[in-house]
Amino acid sequence: MFGWEFPPHIAGGLGTACYGLTKGLNKFGTEIIFVVPKAFGDEDQSHVKIQDAGNVIITEKSTDYAEFWDNFKYLEVGVNLIPYMSPEEYARIFESKIFSHSEIKEKVLSSKFSFSGTYGPDLLTEVARYAIVGGYLAKQNNFDVIHAHDWLTYPAGVAAKQISGKPLVVHMHATEYDRSGENINQQVYDIERAGMEAADKVIAVSNRTRNIVIERYGIPAEKVVTVYNSVEPISLPEEFRVTKGFDEKIVTFLGRITFQKGPEYFIEAAYKVLQKDRNVRFVMAGSGDMLNRMIRRVAALGISDRFHFTGFLKGMEVYEMFSISDVYVMPSVSEPFGISPLEAMASDVPVIVSKQSGVAEILKHALKVDFWDVDDMADAIYGLLHYEGLSKMFKRYGKQEVENLRWENSAFNVLEVYKSVVKN
Amino acid sequence: MRTICFYFQVHQPFRLKRYKFFNIGNDHYYYNDFENRNIMRKVAEKCYLPANQTFLDIINEYGDKVKIAFSISGTAFDQFELYAPDVLESFKRLVDTGCVEILSETYSHSLSALKSKEEFIRQVNLHKEKVKKHFGVTPQVFRNTELIYSDYIGEMVADMGYKAILTEGAKHILGWKSPNYVYCNAINPKLKVLLKNFKLSDDIAFRFSNQAWDQFPLTTEKFVSWLNAIDPREETINLFMDYETFGEHQWKETGIFKFLRALPNAVFKYSNYTFSTPTEVIANTVPVAAIHVEHPISWADEERDLTAWLGNELQDDAFNKLYALEEQVKKLNNPDILKDWLYLQTSDHFYYMCTKWFSDGDVHKYFNPYDSPYEAYVNFMNVLNDFMLRLREFSR
Repeated sequence: MFGWEFPPHIAGGLGTACYGLTKGLNKFGTEIIFVVPKAFGDEDQSHVKIQDAGNVIITEKSTDYAEFWDNFKYLEVGVNLIPYMSPEEYARIFESKIFSHSEIKEKVLSSKFSFSGTYGPDLLTEVARYAIVGGYLAKQNNFDVIHAHDWLTYPAGVAAKQISGKPLVVHMHATEYDRSGENINQQVYDIERAGMEAADKVIAVSNRTRNIVIERYGIPAEKVVTVYNSVEPISLPEEFRVTKGFDEKIVTFLGRITFQKGPEYFIEAAYKVLQKDRNVRFVMAGSGDMLNRMIRRVAALGISDRFHFTGFLKGMEVYEMFSISDVYVMPSVSEPFGISPLEAMASDVPVIVSKQSGVAEILKHALKVDFWDVDDMADAIYGLLHYEGLSKMFKRYGKQEVENLRWENSAFNVLEVYKSVVKN
Repeated sequence: MRTICFYFQVHQPFRLKRYKFFNIGNDHYYYNDFENRNIMRKVAEKCYLPANQTFLDIINEYGDKVKIAFSISGTAFDQFELYAPDVLESFKRLVDTGCVEILSETYSHSLSALKSKEEFIRQVNLHKEKVKKHFGVTPQVFRNTELIYSDYIGEMVADMGYKAILTEGAKHILGWKSPNYVYCNAINPKLKVLLKNFKLSDDIAFRFSNQAWDQFPLTTEKFVSWLNAIDPREETINLFMDYETFGEHQWKETGIFKFLRALPNAVFKYSNYTFSTPTEVIANTVPVAAIHVEHPISWADEERDLTAWLGNELQDDAFNKLYALEEQVKKLNNPDILKDWLYLQTSDHFYYMCTKWFSDGDVHKYFNPYDSPYEAYVNFMNVLNDFMLRLREFSR
């Protein structure tokens, strides 16, 4: 299995999903070698063998691998190339040194290579090298199926398939259209499409994503299977429950503050709710390239006494935030799946999700609105705040619903996909 | 008789600590004691103590031929009491020489003159008491935060019994007129207006160590030659600047203290200028005309207006939200609340929210403890939200 990240060293939902899925697969006796660009040594290896790509010493002549490199050499780092990135990282990347082309080639084809495992300026060098390592590992190991998560690892998956002749499954956690709207990065799109075309089966995290894959990438429908994500059961120790220093109820937005997540619709809905009811506070947690614009908008609307920003929340802070929240809103403009509403529900918080999210397809006990319909969103927020019948029911059944979503179930479906390709 | 009028501003704000959303309602202490103490100690060692010593030496040598004026904000007084009693002592020694005049200002270096007459008067009186307590003197001349001035502010100040006010010799209000005369307020002519000669002031305050400046290096002889080049009919050269110019903005290594120490000698040797305090200036000169300032001016940035503190959405929202609480605060009359209310009004908090980085960005950045104006705004609003909660709690 090829994945760019694995907990605890993650930047987004991808690593969390990989962790849950491998854990689920393990329950069915599946053995997994998980190849990450950089292993830190503190990963939970109880159910999976973590292979550090940086530790692989390639002894073969580098010319054997030069052809993979050729596929990469025209890629340049573009704005939307990097899938999960905070503005701090973005600033760091563009202040740091960009290597010249020959320097990169030399690095990629050297016998040992040091991966950063992040989404840095060297990303494409790392993707290229990772692909070479993928091909090399395919030769060294014995396995039945190759499974690659998201475009960064597709070249590695394809290389492994070419060398070993084993079937390839690629997993679409997000498409370039989710990340960038209509202004896609053509090179990333090309990698995604080439990966899916070379694959025996494509797994999409929702029907929404499956449709994009079929319509926008031209992948035959019979090749694309939807397997929903799930959520790890969480139980909060008492000490993580923070005390809220005020009486008002809290409505929370939590996520990267970027175009994709629709933060501006949350603010407009908040403004509408506050016209009717001052007895509520809104919180926008996270950071992203739209944060400053959002702060300005809140100041301009004059609602800063009821609308707060927390900045990026780390680790348990996320659950602290959930523990004092009364409503969780995910107004995403385009969300392939969206694990965070499930985490909110598991923490007893009723949720509102946009209809433009994959998770909306499976949730019963959640209110669903169009991301652009701020009236509807305001109405839903007001309802959950004031009509106890609704919020009580959502809390009770929502938690149950989430508990019934098991990574084992997702893993079972993935296993079915494996079986179908191995048989062929 | 031609004279030089030196005035130095001494101010330190109570900087806020990193106050998160989760603190709201749970944590009612807002200040970064560590940073405030560190900065105060650093500035004391680099600027206040050596600069005060320099002036003491000068006065010891020339006696009452050398006169200067200070305005010390109430928050600076409070921080001296907390972290730098040695600085306070050295200011006392200076005041005791009789060559140093202390001016009035608002207690917390606030923008209250723009928003609330009642709060403005209250703060000026609080500050007056503070000055009286430490120095045993009662100021006769007023300087408003950042030299912010308008006809209306002048009128308020005149009504409070002050004889004069200091402000910027802003080009756009002076036009062809010279800042080197005494003017009077357009509404109440009893109030004299002293205007900063920004060219000569900034030669010392901003350009002294600038090697790209075509007049670098600045010597006392050169500076006096510029003074001599001024039309002999022009009577008063007002050199107004931050006291932190000496040793902090211009490091000791630039020779700024030596320049200061040598300046009186050069003035007496090569010119017929004297030194005067603002009170002496207005006693010895007759105003030439009224100066009309309809819209407030300040000494900040190229524009000499208020846009460093107010004008963008962040600043206006924070400012309006803060002053909307005034009535509630006054009704409560709780000492803790009143103290925070003062410290939150300090103009620096709004300065940190300024988004015009381009022409004067360097200066803004240098003094800013935040990475961005947005961060400054969010932090301030988090604190203010807690303050509002306390008001509500106490009012119950």
